[in-house]
Order: sequence, then C-alpha cells, then structure tokens
Amino acid sequence: MTHHVGERVRVATRDHEGHHRTPGYLKGRIGTVELVHGSFANPESRAYGADGLPEQPLYLICFDRYDIRPDERAHARDRIYADVYEHWLEKVNEQPRP
Amino acid sequence: MERAVHDRGGWPTDARIDQSEHALADWELLSDALVGALVRAGLMNVDELRRGIESMPPGRYEQASYYERWLYSVETILTEKGILAPGELDLRLGR
Repeated sequence: MTHHVGERVRVATRDHEGHHRTPGYLKGRIGTVELVHGSFANPESRAYGADGLPEQPLYLICFDRYDIRPDERAHARDRIYADVYEHWLEKVNEQPRP
Repeated sequence: MERAVHDRGGWPTDARIDQSEHALADWELLSDALVGALVRAGLMNVDELRRGIESMPPGRYEQASYYERWLYSVETILTEKGILAPGELDLRLGR
C-alpha cells in the first residue's frame, strides 16, 4: 500500500475512456485517507471480460464537503466519503492539518 | 472530456431527489435473479453489468428504470459475447 491512514491525497484529473469507478466530481480534489480497504480486482479491465489482475489497493477517502463545492449549503462538519483505487490517487505536498 | 450520463454526483440542481420506494414487480425480481445466475455461471460480472449500463444512449438511460437498465446491459453484454445472437430476444418475443 502506497498511502497510509491520515495521508492527504489528490484524485487524478485525467480522463479515462471506458468504465472506471472514479467519480468525475472528485477528480482533482484533495482528501484524507480514512481507511485502507485492501486490494481488489481492477474493474477497469474486468468490465471488458479480463480477470482484473493485478489487484489494486482500494482506499476510503474523506473529503470536506466545502472543498468539493464551496456553497452556502456546505456545513463546516459535512464530509463526503468515497472509495478510490490507488492508481487514481496522487501524493500531496502540504503540511498536515492540525 | 464531458462526463457520462451515469457520472452525475455533484450535478447542481434545486430539484428534490425522488426518494419514493415502490414494490418490486415480478419481472424486476426475475431480472435480479437472472443476473445473479449469470454471474455464478461465470457468463458475466458486475463490472461488465455496470459498463453495459453506462453504454446506454443518454436519453434511454434517463427514461429507463433501474432494472430496465440491468436488462439493457445483460442483452448488450451477452450479445457482445455471442451468447445471444443479435436480435435474438426480439425474435423470440415476436417483436
């Protein structure tokens, strides 16, 4: 596993032709690794009849609602959780939050 | 790249989300069982099911109900694999 619980990560912004599980509204957003689920078959190749191997690490990422869409409906405590595969995550160079 | 019709998280809207429930019709229960049987038989997997749903023309996707999308995908995937002949279901249904 490349990332650890508590690490800040950015979801890659790249396009992807075909099936993938990374929600468009999270691309480019920064969140925190909440949980490491383990490794699972890759749906991007499995969706086309392949075996999905090698398995890819999957993480539960926590985003501040305000970071996703900074509107008046975003409460300071609101969070969005999403499962994101490792090959969609990038390291972020920033100071950890207090 | 424009987001596909299924990738709709975060679309701004003031419309209320329809959260009403409905009793499942027999064909919906059968559709669920059919996909379960196809998966256990190794003929398709859930990622292919999703991909088939995502391949729907946006207009049809919007009009279709949840299990209508499943059936569209099952026909698409099984036809792609040659398990169903093109138009076989329509032929059998006399359409």
